[in-house]
Amino acid sequence: MSADRSTPNTPPAAGGAASSGGPAPAGDTELIRFDAVTKRFGAHTVLDALDMKVYSGKHVTLIGPSGSGKTTILRLLMTLLKPDEGTITLGGRYLTHEEKGGKLVPASDRYSREVRKNIGMVFQQFNLFPNMKVLRNLTEAPVHVLGLDKDAAEERARELLELVGLTAHLDKYPSQLSGGQQQRVAIARALAMRPQVLLLDEVTSALDPELVAGVLDLLRDIARSTDITMLCVTHEMTFARDISDCVMMFDAGRVIEFGPPEQLFTDPVHDRTREFLSAVR
Amino acid sequence: MSDLTWGLWELLISGVWVTVQLTVYSAALAAAVAFGIGLARTHRRWVVRFLSGAYFEIFRGTSALILMFWMFFVLPMGFGWQLVPMWAAVLTLGLTYGAYGSEVVRGAIAAVPAAQREAGVALSFSPGQQLRKIVLPQAWPGMVPPFNNLLIELLKGTALVSILGVGDLAFGASLVRNATAHSAPVYTIILVLYFVLAFVLTRGMRAVERHAKAGVGQAPGRRSPLRLRSGPSGPAVTGTAAPAEGDAR
Repeated sequence: MSADRSTPNTPPAAGGAASSGGPAPAGDTELIRFDAVTKRFGAHTVLDALDMKVYSGKHVTLIGPSGSGKTTILRLLMTLLKPDEGTITLGGRYLTHEEKGGKLVPASDRYSREVRKNIGMVFQQFNLFPNMKVLRNLTEAPVHVLGLDKDAAEERARELLELVGLTAHLDKYPSQLSGGQQQRVAIARALAMRPQVLLLDEVTSALDPELVAGVLDLLRDIARSTDITMLCVTHEMTFARDISDCVMMFDAGRVIEFGPPEQLFTDPVHDRTREFLSAVR
Repeated sequence: MSDLTWGLWELLISGVWVTVQLTVYSAALAAAVAFGIGLARTHRRWVVRFLSGAYFEIFRGTSALILMFWMFFVLPMGFGWQLVPMWAAVLTLGLTYGAYGSEVVRGAIAAVPAAQREAGVALSFSPGQQLRKIVLPQAWPGMVPPFNNLLIELLKGTALVSILGVGDLAFGASLVRNATAHSAPVYTIILVLYFVLAFVLTRGMRAVERHAKAGVGQAPGRRSPLRLRSGPSGPAVTGTAAPAEGDAR
């Protein structure tokens, strides 16, 4: 049990060799970096000067009680929220700020859009576009945002629908699909943008219990077969253990402990982690 | 009724045509104003919201009849040109009903879940693309029924223009009444004619509503009770139900 697994004031290096603040592991590239990021909602501080690194191609699971700041991290990365303090970088480029005249200023929408093209997100409530059939849900952004040729986008969409087992449903509206099917379409839609980073925000929380396994199996397949960096907020601990290179335990806006899942789940350092894990198991 | 000669009927028919023209032109202008002001009222810049909100309040709070007089009599004094009565009427009705319509557009846009815009952000759509591809198509089915109400109100509001001497249905009815000196048959006929026009508009808007709902994967709504039901009537479910094992008793 090393002390660097429970040091909230040093930056967790998720997915690497857990060397807080140290050099990146050989062959790994730092992809996401939070530097002293603070986020408040009114008087409530959700993230408190968070430092964090995530290396390319790694799968990181964020766990912790409700309100501990896990989802806020994903929403900050997706630029759905702006940090009150601190900076976030993706592949060395600022995400919510940009440099102008040697100064760091809040990023324009155009700049943020350009950087966040590399990030995909799957939401708890799927958020498919109900005015578009399944195929168009998958092709609209690649065509109009990435500038892909329509035929190429459709070919890619069909491949992805085959991957998620929904080829037969490409001509249906989302409202004609079950929750599990909708979530699989949402995963395919995020992958259609060929993101470097995939954010998964409690993707099975809104599903009927019998539909959860199918979605988790799909995500396991994707984690195994692609080099996409994944940040996952979930309460499915078995799933977290299966896919994660690193698990981060959040409490009150801080990372109180992090490490490989086999360590964190079997031998947690922090009392709060032990309490949380015994409550969710 | 026997006093109504073919010439007088022609007056009423040409009045119907003018009423239809007034309704179509005013509705087109009102739709443009409704979308322009309605979208401006959701703009992120406060000055745009303030100006569009001021427009909405002013045009909602003034009398269409007085505004029509103002357009026809006062505007020429300020600008030195005279609007023909027809266009003064179209401008007044379009701007007034456009203000009402802007509230419909604003409300329907606000009713689209924020999560839909978030999904648009997550796919890096620009704000304009989010509006065109995600928000407006989803807001549209919610706009159609209140737009239908406003369209009917607009149709009936066109009767105001007869005061300016525009030869619409109400104006035609006044002329016929003067010619025959009988109020009851003339006004009964134009009541029915307004109802028929309104009914045709409603049927048209119902078709638009069905199409709009189908565009977001919703089943078409129930048909109007005025349309006769066809097909067999009877119980929705038949068969016998056996008590399930383990029922709590």
